[in-house]
Amino acid sequence: MTRGALELVCPAGTPSALRAAVNAGADTVYCGLRDETNARNFPGLNFSDAELAEAVTYAHERGAKVMVAINTFAQAGRVAIWARAVDAAAAAGADAIIAADMAVLGRAASHHPDVRLHLSVQAAAGTPEAIRFYVERFGVQRVVLPRILSIPEIKALIGEIDIEVEVFAFGGLCVMTEGRCDLSSYVTGRSPNLDGVCSPPEAVSYSRQDGSRSVALGGLTIDRQADGQPLGYPTLCKGRFVAGGKTAHLFEDPVSLNTIDVLPQLLDAGVSALKIEGRQRGKAYVEAVTRQFRQAIDALGGPDGPAAAGAAMLNTMAEGQRGTVGAYKKTWR
Amino acid sequence: MAVNPTPISLSLGPLYFNWPSAQLLDFYAEIADECPVDRVYLGEIVCGKRGPLTQAAVASAAERLERAGKTVIWSTLISPVNRRERRLTEDLVRDGEHVELNDFGGLASRGGAAFTAGPFLNVYNEDTAAMLQEMGWTRWCPPVELSLQAISQIAGRCPGLEVELFGFGRLPLAHSGRCYHARQHKLNRDSCRYVCEQDPDGCRVSTLDGTAFLAFNGVQTLSDGLQLCTQTPETLRMAGISALRLSPHSIGTVEVANALRQFIDGASSAAEMVEAVRASTLPLPLVNGYLAGKAGLEWTME
Repeated sequence: MTRGALELVCPAGTPSALRAAVNAGADTVYCGLRDETNARNFPGLNFSDAELAEAVTYAHERGAKVMVAINTFAQAGRVAIWARAVDAAAAAGADAIIAADMAVLGRAASHHPDVRLHLSVQAAAGTPEAIRFYVERFGVQRVVLPRILSIPEIKALIGEIDIEVEVFAFGGLCVMTEGRCDLSSYVTGRSPNLDGVCSPPEAVSYSRQDGSRSVALGGLTIDRQADGQPLGYPTLCKGRFVAGGKTAHLFEDPVSLNTIDVLPQLLDAGVSALKIEGRQRGKAYVEAVTRQFRQAIDALGGPDGPAAAGAAMLNTMAEGQRGTVGAYKKTWR
Repeated sequence: MAVNPTPISLSLGPLYFNWPSAQLLDFYAEIADECPVDRVYLGEIVCGKRGPLTQAAVASAAERLERAGKTVIWSTLISPVNRRERRLTEDLVRDGEHVELNDFGGLASRGGAAFTAGPFLNVYNEDTAAMLQEMGWTRWCPPVELSLQAISQIAGRCPGLEVELFGFGRLPLAHSGRCYHARQHKLNRDSCRYVCEQDPDGCRVSTLDGTAFLAFNGVQTLSDGLQLCTQTPETLRMAGISALRLSPHSIGTVEVANALRQFIDGASSAAEMVEAVRASTLPLPLVNGYLAGKAGLEWTME
């Protein structure tokens, strides 16, 4: 059902965002259930079982697919909650389940072998050996690659594996390897792997002093700007810190991933699907980004390549209003 | 509950930092001669680029440690990327000796032979644990963010599993494709000049208010604070813990091991142990919040 050379996989934090993505040209929409089983466990987001079933019907009627992210790690003594989520996704008619934890993958493989299983980026499987392990053990049919590989490395990797590869194409960029970061729990007690949240809102506080505003997480100052200057959300790895006498964005600048200029290279590398990050973003954002990527994918192979105007427009939507190709370019490291 | 009936042993985890060969040889000679640890994990696990620099020194340290009666276990790269790094991991995995795996890639060709799961394998629940046990898993150093209660719950469902708790050292919190030492020096990872060698325990990261809270070590981010497990041996045994893992630091590792050994043997109180650790190691805050299910940077003593 994919319309272009690359499957466009778009985020939906709410049923209305899902409908917007489908109507703007998404081949596939991914979403999560309303609990800690998915990595965007924020208040006001995600789907009830009934909403998920309706969303699947809506998408299928319009030729689009729905994938359900059950991509956190089941907590000790509470695995039944994750097993229930897997069963609910299957019952709703989801086209695929995206998972990282062996317990979740195992549940899906043993109870719902007819539902496609995708390996979440949270599994941090970046080598043929790691991917092979999940293929042999759980029958995963697609891997979402960790954002640590350059495009030539992705091409080489694809040459060594037999399953589809999905890569992140746009949106917020974890600078740490997903699934391998405890910074948030070190400061706040809650983390992506444990709770499906990073730098959670309840730990955020703002203050103002001497003409500047500060933002803190768990009482630690993450950034400070003069009044009138933008102060971003205090995601730990995006803060300004001091090391070796220098003050800087030590880990990552406030930028977003934007691959629109390297789509031909990703296609050439053998990538099957492009993932847009942003289940926490609003419907208008999802709609606009989906539309731009739809056009860019449809233009691939055409005389002009992916629309250059789209790249500029997308950068205005990016965090910090600046785009980067991140690890896809080797020098990012 | 899987109560561990035997005394708690101490082990020394893999070195995270880029130490020159001479320092590495001196360190492990001291461990061999004076440190009350039974097991020592060796091998470069943080950065595949560093491995060749100290290969000979590490091999010689392994011999030295084994002559002193220590059990040496090779630990694999957290994130192998290129062919050389992948082959190195595969060689360790296939060689048949006990190995510590830090990436699930190692499991594909392990063939059911016994292995230790390092803290970088995402084992968060009893179902995942049960699957790993079927694959030959015999020892576990849990992810550092897990609480003692969660660890005990998982261990309780895994009869025969040895649990080695991360007991001392800067906590390994995150791994990245990007090298922060290189970035700090306006280089990139492929042209890094091995600048991480300048910080033998990692480079301290502070907030704009001057509160230190993290440290970077090449592609790795650690806690600034030193984890110190102050649970009594009875509490640890009740939770199914059989060993405490110390993480190598440039100062005081042997003294810390001695202090923990005395505490576990009932020869000193927790307060005396903490005092001895503070006196001998790096001047960094102590932390242990994770074990109580709190933010990792918190510190509490019962």
